[in-house]
Amino acid sequence: MSIRVKRISMASATIAIALALLHSLVFGSNLPPARGAVLPEINLLVPENAAHRDYLGLEDGTFFKIPQIKARVVIIEIFSMYCPYCQREAPEINRLYSIIEKSPGLRGKIKLIGIGAGNSRFEVEVFRKKYGVAFPLISDEDFSIHKCIGEVRTPYFLGVTINDDGTHQVFYSKLGGFKGAELFLEEMIQLSGLKGEG
Amino acid sequence: MKKNAHLILGLGIISVFLLSTTAFGLSDAFKKNIYDPGLLKPTDSALKVKVGDYAPDFSLPAVSGGRISLGQYRGKKNVVLSFVPAAWTPVCSDQWPGYNIVEDLFDANDAILLGITVDNIPTLFAWTNQMGALWFPVLSDFWPHGAVAERYGVLRSDGVSERALFVIDKKGIIRYIGVNDINKRPRLEVLVKELERL
Repeated sequence: MSIRVKRISMASATIAIALALLHSLVFGSNLPPARGAVLPEINLLVPENAAHRDYLGLEDGTFFKIPQIKARVVIIEIFSMYCPYCQREAPEINRLYSIIEKSPGLRGKIKLIGIGAGNSRFEVEVFRKKYGVAFPLISDEDFSIHKCIGEVRTPYFLGVTINDDGTHQVFYSKLGGFKGAELFLEEMIQLSGLKGEG
Repeated sequence: MKKNAHLILGLGIISVFLLSTTAFGLSDAFKKNIYDPGLLKPTDSALKVKVGDYAPDFSLPAVSGGRISLGQYRGKKNVVLSFVPAAWTPVCSDQWPGYNIVEDLFDANDAILLGITVDNIPTLFAWTNQMGALWFPVLSDFWPHGAVAERYGVLRSDGVSERALFVIDKKGIIRYIGVNDINKRPRLEVLVKELERL
């Protein structure tokens, strides 16, 4: 093998490795957030709906991060309008929101958002209208958030506690397993440490 | 020798991307029964019809029983043909469940949706059962294999169809053709906009 050919082969291997590293950075080889960990750096679109911004305690702007939400606990559902399970469970998730909002001890402390994996704003709005979802649903059109959190299947639920000092911690990270609004809420209250405050 | 070295370089670069995963946002409804074919060539066929042409008629067996022809909708309904490449693959498995919650958008534009793949009826039966009850007919273009896809020019060289949408008006004229990147789901808003133009 000539020196020139060896050099080209070396270059091939080097470029392949560099691209693999670049790919893992850009496209993500991330795992879903684990219990006890913090969320990866994700930027979400600020809702256009003023009522949703008020619910989350956000000012006008383009992007926000989960710890900016004014709440003790944030429940995040990674969903898709194309996901049959998400469609089927939507009424029950709505009921979860309703129970929280009607409970003086929980209202304002626990907040819900949905992130539409690969869903455009239009598609997210289709889902919202179809199921009458009252809490904020955020579009993740290019899967950028979905990639950051390990390309989970849907529906996937994350529970996050927000501390007074602005830090946060994941206390729940699970695919599906939504067995009803009351049971899920009880689990959220227990695992987040809100027990006794509700 | 020099040629081989260039080949190695090329293969090294291409392999990184071919072996990469893509983000599908797949529903958990299909559990682990989805085969990931990896990243495919975006399109691999040449259209044989164009906007303004009369849509070639066909008659195909439906999963629900009997046969459905395009001609039976002539003068009655606008028709959307949704070709998806294959059952039990990632993007295809989410596309139709999304269409399943927007029957009202089709109704509003006096349109029917016909889902078509080159799979046989038993395969389509098992696959679409995972999606819940679909409101639109699912047709098998299995035998003669891919004949309708071939007639429209959306049969790929490996025997599956493109991920393609055809909007056909009540006169039987093709008003829109969208041959999507096979690896990506077409945006719902594009289809809805085309339906509204009718």
